[in-house]
Amino acid sequence: MKSLRSPLGVVSGLGSAKGGVHHWWLQRLTSIALVPLTIWFTVSLLSLPSLDHVTVIAWMAQSWTALLLIVLVLVATYHSQLGVRVVIEDYIHTTGMKTLTLVTVTFAHALLAVAGVFAILKVAFGGAT
Amino acid sequence: MRERPLSPHLSVYKLSRYTLATSIFNRFTGLILSVGLIVLVYWLMAVASGTRAYENAHEILSAGIFKLVYAGLLVAFCYHLVAGIRHLVWDTGRGLERAQSKRSAGIVIVISIALLLLLGYWLFLAAGRA
Repeated sequence: MKSLRSPLGVVSGLGSAKGGVHHWWLQRLTSIALVPLTIWFTVSLLSLPSLDHVTVIAWMAQSWTALLLIVLVLVATYHSQLGVRVVIEDYIHTTGMKTLTLVTVTFAHALLAVAGVFAILKVAFGGAT
Repeated sequence: MRERPLSPHLSVYKLSRYTLATSIFNRFTGLILSVGLIVLVYWLMAVASGTRAYENAHEILSAGIFKLVYAGLLVAFCYHLVAGIRHLVWDTGRGLERAQSKRSAGIVIVISIALLLLLGYWLFLAAGRA
């Protein structure tokens, strides 16, 4: 039987969802970035002589630390949002509950990202002493 | 409309299948790390809120229950990192044959345990110092 799909529809491969590999691709990009970022964060944090406020602020206020921390928070929250979204879509089967959970989780991730960046910038610009 | 099967079919596979175990554990550890983000941002906000607020938060975060949380986060981080790299290798089209995938599952478990021991020991030393 001849396919009813137009040749353009076939090559673009987007189907009825009108979405392609966007989610998949961003999940990959963020995971590649998170390999060095999370290793850097873990090693840096464990290398601090102590976790008292003065030490942490001195570390966090350095330009490169602040910059990498901001990138880490943004990339990690985005990666987490993409991952948790798929888990919700897979395991919650009622439409209303699924939508409600997705909205809540998306807002929570946005809040975490903004709060994290705000906190780092505040420390970096000397607002936490 | 007839009830159609919905993925994922967790109960129809044997959990002893390494494919299912490594995959679901990657998801599970990812979710744990998402919860870890809340702890991270709470800590960042505490740092930004001044010395008094930080000391209060530091006391909360030093409670016994949080030692369990950090242990869980460390396990999750070690596994999710190594298993994630395995997924990235798969994405290049390599290592998808059954024998290769079985071998890489073993490699992932061995490397993540080694990483866990290394970081766990380091954390233990750091905790003794702090």
